[in-house]
Amino acid sequence: MRAVNRFGWDKFVPVLAVLTLIIGSFWNEKFLTTSNMTFLIQSIGEIMLIAFSMTFLIIAGEIDLSVSSTAALSSCTLGFVWQHSGSIPVAVVSALVVGGLCGAINGLLVTKLGLQSLAVTIGTLALYRGLCFALLGDKRLTPFPTSFTSLNFKGLFGTWVPYVTVLLVVFGVLFGVVLHATRSGRWVFAIGQSKDAARFVGIPVGRSVLTMFIVNGLMAGLAGVVYTIRFASARPDGAVGMELEVIAAALFAGVSIFGGVGTMWAVAASVFFLGSIRSLLRLEGATANELTIVTGSLLLVSVVIPAIGRRIADRRSANGPSLPNAAVPSTTGTPDVSADAPPVLAES
Amino acid sequence: MSVVTPTVSRPAVSRAIAHPFLRRREVPVGAALLFVLVGTSIVNHRFLSTQGRTDLMLAAAITGMVAIGETFVLLMRRVDLSVGSTLGLAAYVAGSAIKDGGDGQLFKAFAVGIAVGLCVGLFNGLLIALLDLPALVVTLGTLYVVAGIQAKIVGGTRITADHLPADFISFGVERFLGIPKLMWIVLVVGAIASVFLWQLRAGRDLYAVGSNPPAAVLVGIPVRMRTLMAYLVSGACAGAAGVLFVARLGGVDANAGGGYELAVIAACVVGGVNIFGGSGTVVGALLGAMLLRSIGFSLSALSIPEFWQQAVNGALLLVAISADRIVTLRRERSERIGAQR
Repeated sequence: MRAVNRFGWDKFVPVLAVLTLIIGSFWNEKFLTTSNMTFLIQSIGEIMLIAFSMTFLIIAGEIDLSVSSTAALSSCTLGFVWQHSGSIPVAVVSALVVGGLCGAINGLLVTKLGLQSLAVTIGTLALYRGLCFALLGDKRLTPFPTSFTSLNFKGLFGTWVPYVTVLLVVFGVLFGVVLHATRSGRWVFAIGQSKDAARFVGIPVGRSVLTMFIVNGLMAGLAGVVYTIRFASARPDGAVGMELEVIAAALFAGVSIFGGVGTMWAVAASVFFLGSIRSLLRLEGATANELTIVTGSLLLVSVVIPAIGRRIADRRSANGPSLPNAAVPSTTGTPDVSADAPPVLAES
Repeated sequence: MSVVTPTVSRPAVSRAIAHPFLRRREVPVGAALLFVLVGTSIVNHRFLSTQGRTDLMLAAAITGMVAIGETFVLLMRRVDLSVGSTLGLAAYVAGSAIKDGGDGQLFKAFAVGIAVGLCVGLFNGLLIALLDLPALVVTLGTLYVVAGIQAKIVGGTRITADHLPADFISFGVERFLGIPKLMWIVLVVGAIASVFLWQLRAGRDLYAVGSNPPAAVLVGIPVRMRTLMAYLVSGACAGAAGVLFVARLGGVDANAGGGYELAVIAACVVGGVNIFGGSGTVVGALLGAMLLRSIGFSLSALSIPEFWQQAVNGALLLVAISADRIVTLRRERSERIGAQR
């Protein structure tokens, strides 16, 4: 939906994030402290890592619901391999490989068989989670070496900045540049606008989508490693429900679920904004349930406001004399945009 | 001579695919269900004992009830992710409405549960139909909001069987003609929904909208009203399922209904409801729910660790959609060859 961009929601989200920081620091003196910022960044680490690569998929008109299970499977693999090999590097590499494999399975089913990613990843969501339990049973592994888990407590160069910040900045810049400044990035938008058109102009649609799924799996695998370090344990029921948080953050950032629209900076800001709102409310004594309600309401608001803005803009362009050759065909009542776009997901 | 010609014109197709009934999507699902049931009961005789059958049907009834409503939404190429939390909220509100009261409040429980479901459905439907918002985003939002409201009003309290009227609890386990009463309710609702989708104009409209939304607008189908209706049905079914949930388990806590949304969509998809709209039946969705539940029960009857259950369910969903896709591709190919001749 182009209208989302016209309203400028994607530029509004970073402003919201900064406003929250400013208002939050006045509201609660504990908010803008180093310890709370450390905690805040750690708490959004995994979600943001996955959100980077998920943004590519959603812009391309696909979706991956299996990321939380992939992260959990990667975490379980990390524990399992560490237990059997005794080598942390080997374990981390295997965890990432498993993540990539999970993504590859999703991608192959979507690209080679032409299945809908929503259905495929609901299936693999259950499948990968089941494999976690098959691997570890219902127990959790905690015997990680302290040199590995203490990574979480030591800041960078002795400061309060947690190690995960490096990952977030490096991958944020990398994914942002690829999406907005390279040919491959423009392909992603083209695929999201119309797969058929993209195919006709010679974009390797299947290969691009497959790559995006594999990268998304790798990022989910990396998130699984970060998760393991944060909780110093690998558990088969870890990260449950994270897929919805990742998708909620991306959608709040104005990434269109129909594909073709979205920006990386808005996604990064959106994850940060949602995390800081939660942190602020938690400091104010809000319960987890109230935070859930707030997250859901914000998601609804993020689609309702641009929709109303679009309505007003449509009406103004239809009635007003200022736009003589407005592209809007004739009258007010037909919001053509959503009528002909597939409502759930864009697909060929 | 001329009488014979029509049958000769598409020989490959008519020979490759037998009777139209066998081409229906419900047939392989039903066959798989039969295979699981018969196969497991050969290995473990107690699997299909009276108690075993009752447990199985009770479990399938709740998923099935939600799946009926979800089918309406999926047919229109939309989705409703809020059904799980709606079920939980309706279960708690309905449970609270009748707790510490006397017998004979069954109707009240259903009225309250369905009313809660209709409220959520109305909210979803209005946002999606009137503001043209993406269904996935809206229902993901209401999933969170409703789950939060549920957890907030439930708090640390929980409704247990001691608080509920005795006849309500017994309603949850009683059988009629060998089938649990809960399952009868689902079967009756399923039958009504099937006739509606199959025979009534409003029902056929859902298929038309799901097959080709712009065309549906052009031929004058009131797409907004139909969308609103589908979400009201989905909400009402989730609300009613909440009441079945309390009746079966004899209680509710803050986490009731969590995660049902994906299980329900999986059941629909396994049962042949196309996630991109336009095809599928309520019967298929119910069979899908039954099949997924049976496999879970079958694994434990076969002493396979229950850890495998989720993996098997996921794999089954992948097999179902892959098989669908392959059959469609082959049919398209054979029809193309037929057309070329």
